[in-house]
Amino acid sequence: MMTNPARRITQGQFSFLPDLDDVEIGQQIDYGLRKGFAWSVEYTDDPHPRNTYWEMHGMPMFDLSDAAGVLQEVRECRRAFPGHYIRLVAFDSTRGIESVAMSFIVQRPADEPGFRLLRQEGPGRSMRYTVQGYAADRPESQRY
Amino acid sequence: MAASVADVLASSQVESVLDELDRELIGLVPVKQRIRDIAALLVIDKLRRDLDLQAHRPSLHMSFTGNPGTGKTTVAMRMAQILHRLDYVRKGHLVAVTRDDLVGQYIGHTAPKTKDVLKKAMGGVLFIDEAYYLYRPENERDYGQEAIEILLQVMENQRDDLVVILAGYGDRMETFFRSNPGLSSRIAHHLAFPDYRPEELLDIGERMLEGMNYRFDDEAREVFAHYLARRVAQPHFANARSVRNALDRMRLRQASRLFAQRERAMTRTDLTTIVAADIRASRVFETPATA
Repeated sequence: MMTNPARRITQGQFSFLPDLDDVEIGQQIDYGLRKGFAWSVEYTDDPHPRNTYWEMHGMPMFDLSDAAGVLQEVRECRRAFPGHYIRLVAFDSTRGIESVAMSFIVQRPADEPGFRLLRQEGPGRSMRYTVQGYAADRPESQRY
Repeated sequence: MAASVADVLASSQVESVLDELDRELIGLVPVKQRIRDIAALLVIDKLRRDLDLQAHRPSLHMSFTGNPGTGKTTVAMRMAQILHRLDYVRKGHLVAVTRDDLVGQYIGHTAPKTKDVLKKAMGGVLFIDEAYYLYRPENERDYGQEAIEILLQVMENQRDDLVVILAGYGDRMETFFRSNPGLSSRIAHHLAFPDYRPEELLDIGERMLEGMNYRFDDEAREVFAHYLARRVAQPHFANARSVRNALDRMRLRQASRLFAQRERAMTRTDLTTIVAADIRASRVFETPATA
């Protein structure tokens, strides 16, 4: 995550593959629906690896049987946020699991500058490290 | 590659669904004929597609009109299966809703609610029962209109994703369509469900009993025919639904008749047979058969 040679953020599933097209996304959604997951669409302009909670685009979609409904929501989100990161998250509500079962990016900005590594000297010879997105330096509306 | 109608039928098993429809649903001749027509069109389209001919996806939104208890919901359920076997819809489930599920209670509540239902129905059939309640002309600020508009948009633009079936009683649906011409014109198939004839009702009753592991004895069958003749003339007659209710009451009477015979060992025949007395006790026989 610290290095970003391909200028391409790798988070969630399939992120080392070329971007999925809508048919492939639909197939993944269908797979999740068959497993009984509830899909939801999330977006952000701050893809920091520790930024777990992205903004929700609408409610999680329970009780669906076909990918068309989820894809429609993805398209609406793309229209509203053409330059943001958008990901699909599948929630498994099985008792005892109750957590995210799948998650992958379905839209990324054209240019992804990646993250810088910040070093901070601590007491003695200790060194603290953190990462910061280059894009996150700019105000919210100008990041991507 | 499929080359003949028989090949497509064999691979899709649609024949068995149609036969089932014929066997299990009594009467409804015009409805069955239309379903056969639709099935035929879809089969031929499949053949055309295999030969790279233009096969325009037909619009299959439907309206079912008919009196209560004429089998609108039952047929809608079958329709979802048939369309699934013919590869017209991807999943073949039925989502049955009424006004409450589509229309919200305050401004801004309706659109998400309707969209939610539409999303759930995608890949299958959306069945809107008593659809005329969606439109309430007496209240101009009613949110039903909003739901209708969203519905129209999806019916037009996402024809591949779902089939919408509107159902309701004949006269009120007519008023509904007259005041929403846009909706009416987007529905290709208007199916009218006829009332059942008395002998069809008798068949339906016997079939229902069979499903519940009961049967009439010979006399009871005759009395039940009389019962139906009287019941049909009475107000609030709801076709097959009334038959089902009547049968449930007969089962109650049969049960208390048997219950009264404490010492008797019940045979299988005793437990499954409904006799004439169980039917004669009905309220329907109290009034003289003038109507």
